[in-house]
Amino acid sequence: MTAQATNSDASQERVGLLRVLGPVHVWALGVGIVLVGEFMGWNFSVGKGGAFGALIACWVIGLLYTCVAMIDSEVTSTVAAAGGQYAQAKHIMGPLMAFNVGLYLVMAYTMLEAADALIVGDLLAILAGQSGYDALDPRPFVVLIIALLALLNYRGVFMTLSLNFVITAAAFVSILILFIGVKPWQPGAILQHQGLLTELPYGWIGVIASFQFGIWYYLGIEGTCQAAEEVRSPSRSLPLGTMTGIMTLLIAATLTWYVCSGLLPWQYLGQATVPLYDASRMTGSLMLQIFLFVGTMFAATASANGCINDASRAWFSMGRDRYMPQWFGAVHPVYRTPYRSILILIPIAVSFAFTGLLDQVITFSILSGLLGYTFMPINMILFRRKWPLGTIRRGYVHPFHPLPAIVLMALCVTTFFATYLGFGTQLLAMMIFYIVASLWFVLHRYKFVRRADQFTMNWPKPLGY
Amino acid sequence: MANKYEPPTQSGLGQIFDSVFLLALVYIALFIPLVLGLTGAGGTDNMPEVVNWETLEQNPVMQAQWEKLGYTPETAAELITHRFDYTIDPFMLILTGVVILGYFIFMVKASDKEYRDVIREKFDS
Repeated sequence: MTAQATNSDASQERVGLLRVLGPVHVWALGVGIVLVGEFMGWNFSVGKGGAFGALIACWVIGLLYTCVAMIDSEVTSTVAAAGGQYAQAKHIMGPLMAFNVGLYLVMAYTMLEAADALIVGDLLAILAGQSGYDALDPRPFVVLIIALLALLNYRGVFMTLSLNFVITAAAFVSILILFIGVKPWQPGAILQHQGLLTELPYGWIGVIASFQFGIWYYLGIEGTCQAAEEVRSPSRSLPLGTMTGIMTLLIAATLTWYVCSGLLPWQYLGQATVPLYDASRMTGSLMLQIFLFVGTMFAATASANGCINDASRAWFSMGRDRYMPQWFGAVHPVYRTPYRSILILIPIAVSFAFTGLLDQVITFSILSGLLGYTFMPINMILFRRKWPLGTIRRGYVHPFHPLPAIVLMALCVTTFFATYLGFGTQLLAMMIFYIVASLWFVLHRYKFVRRADQFTMNWPKPLGY
Repeated sequence: MANKYEPPTQSGLGQIFDSVFLLALVYIALFIPLVLGLTGAGGTDNMPEVVNWETLEQNPVMQAQWEKLGYTPETAAELITHRFDYTIDPFMLILTGVVILGYFIFMVKASDKEYRDVIREKFDS
């Protein structure tokens, strides 16, 4: 299929993406992206608030994601169009919000991909250092991993996500093996919680500050919605894959915190690049060390793989809707993948990975995710106001409205404040990026957008319009 | 009855310009501040005059774990004594709040204006 064909009227027949994915692939896509958060990144919350602060952040941010899941379940089950939150924004709030939501997804996943590649490079450098060679440059490996995964995504989604399933499962098993290996039934034998856990080093303000990286335990699980267009049975596969994914992450996050806080002093844990691998080194078992090396490599690879998939789909959707140059809305004539959208994001991921600034690259990803979560309560309230219950068929109606929306908004505001504590300049840089991009869209890009094509649902006219 | 809006066709050059603009925006707004060290966490260090495990307030369990990681009191001191600076600058806090709030208000208002175009064309034409 040519770009010209892709760019033609919506009424013309278009080559779509292949519908080949099942619940297992959805689970692999969601968990594959997020599981790496147990292997790196979450521990920066320990640095900001201490070990107990990180645990509280894990639970409170778990509440944030519960609200996200409640709201998303209602809107996603009703807006049966591909694109997840992006499609929701198009139908409920309007093109500018949709453009921003699409951009949140692209930036969150691309920065996460950069962090993943950075971890692969750093882990190899650490291994080389332990083997007596301190001068290994991780950057060629960063380029290699991103290039290989981009090629895999270019060639086809089924093979890509099948690979993700295998390596994600192996990474999860490595966490379980480490947990068993540290003999949690014998406190004090290997795990040293009594000697290592301390009071809150910054008091309660540190606990709030740690919410920033608490997001990292779960960030990206909502990306399962991005595969909607390629799933065989979206109504069954998406909820099943997402819910089993959240359960997997809750288990993995709990085990990870417990093992790491019992083996590493919090000051070390709070800035470690690969905390689970470090924890395995502390056991003195070479076998565990090998398992966690492989687990970390697999988790980072699976995550980067899923991120390339999701970021390119979001960029592709925006190209198809002309929110971005329509050249990006093309599907590969043979592989049926959004190949141009895959390629355009590679330099961004490589550049940010080359900085080596893991906590800051992660923060860009977190902030884009957080902006997306802040959109959700506004979206939910407008959704119920424009189409009150009973006016359209909803697949699921979440209880206690508007309480989840209010709680979600309050937690988002708190997490913005948490980011301001320590990373305030970066927060402002990210906001400037989105403000300039929004002005570009309003003043320039919107004129290329077909108006009525933005609303494809068979719903009545919204109230108040 | 609303008229159907027919968007202009963007030239290839225009598409290249838009793509380059977005990439440039990513690099100028996000990448350059990062590599110039303008972002990242501010912190304080309270290094004791004499550095040993006791002055670094590390109990025997902590000492053993640091040593297993390959650290001595001297090499671990910076990690142990570094703290985030959570001092709140009221001006920066208010500025940050206003920027985020203003962004979302602009987003909701401008989106709604565009949304009315979409609904008008979808339902009234």
